[in-house]
Amino acid sequence: MTDDKDKWYMVTLIGKDRMGIVSHVTSALYENGANLGETSMMRLGGNFSIMMMVEFSGSRKELHDALSSVTDSLALHLHIDKIKAELHKHYIPDVRVSVYGADRSGIVSKVTSILDQAGLYILDLESDVAGDEEKPLYIMHIEGQAKQGISSLESALQIIKELGVDAELVEIDTLIA
Amino acid sequence: MAVLDIITYPDVRLKQVAEEVTQFDASLEKFIFDLDETMNAGPGGVGIAATQVGFMKRIVIIDISQYAENQKLKSKKPKEIKHHGHLVLINPEIIEWQGMKKGREGCMSVPDFTGNVIRAENIKLTALDIKGQPQEYNMEGFEARAAQHEIDHLDGLLFVDRLVSRRNDLFKRKSY
Repeated sequence: MTDDKDKWYMVTLIGKDRMGIVSHVTSALYENGANLGETSMMRLGGNFSIMMMVEFSGSRKELHDALSSVTDSLALHLHIDKIKAELHKHYIPDVRVSVYGADRSGIVSKVTSILDQAGLYILDLESDVAGDEEKPLYIMHIEGQAKQGISSLESALQIIKELGVDAELVEIDTLIA
Repeated sequence: MAVLDIITYPDVRLKQVAEEVTQFDASLEKFIFDLDETMNAGPGGVGIAATQVGFMKRIVIIDISQYAENQKLKSKKPKEIKHHGHLVLINPEIIEWQGMKKGREGCMSVPDFTGNVIRAENIKLTALDIKGQPQEYNMEGFEARAAQHEIDHLDGLLFVDRLVSRRNDLFKRKSY
């Protein structure tokens, strides 16, 4: 099935944070006939990172070339992957897990491994480093679906707490009306 | 009985205020049966407002019985959810509010989108029933949320008008 209009790409941009990144990048896309789908853009440390679903009728190379002058002038690293779009198919999380504690190596890998074993299907994870250089503090929020049920995750939480962090779990009941 | 068409954002009627019902007759009853069938045909289906089918009158239906049943069936920590079953609320008015709770909501008029909304935990509301008789209800939790969500529709408000941050929020765990 040849459908030149239906090409979707995931565009990733990373660079030192400064004003104007989003407006210049999205304007360049618009001027080249591209459409945006879902995006996630945020400051991580002193860097700005962008992930965007982009609909573009040209090739990956053509999309790259359309953005290269903007990315060069803003010193952004650009990476493009061809993807399937699958829009309008949001999954609704039924559980939210929060973990926080003194920052130490291995927190995220240990916590997510334990939760994975207990059936947590991760939809959204964000973590933040707070505190200061002497005493950094790590905060993680995860939303997902409890594929093996909530009890399995509640047991997992006890194991997580033995790592020496605080952990909480809340069921999410979504009211649709 | 008929399943009516649900209007979706950005239909302007979803932003309009509905008028009070003044006639309690056979045509009102027929509309309410159709509205009920429409609610049951949709996903979730714990509530519906007349404005969601483009009928600009102050009528809502809520029914969280299925949700309450599902909570009771939980193997660990089954919860007893207080509710009043199937309710037709005409010209509803919330006269008391207490407490605040954040919860996740979606709406048949805003497909494929859910978000966090703060609602009162406990409410007292007055309304007329299908025959025009005055009723008063004390509601809490999920049922109170459903009533607030639906009554908002009668005032031209969608849950998206009340979204609070999706990120960086700690849901407080309630101890039972």
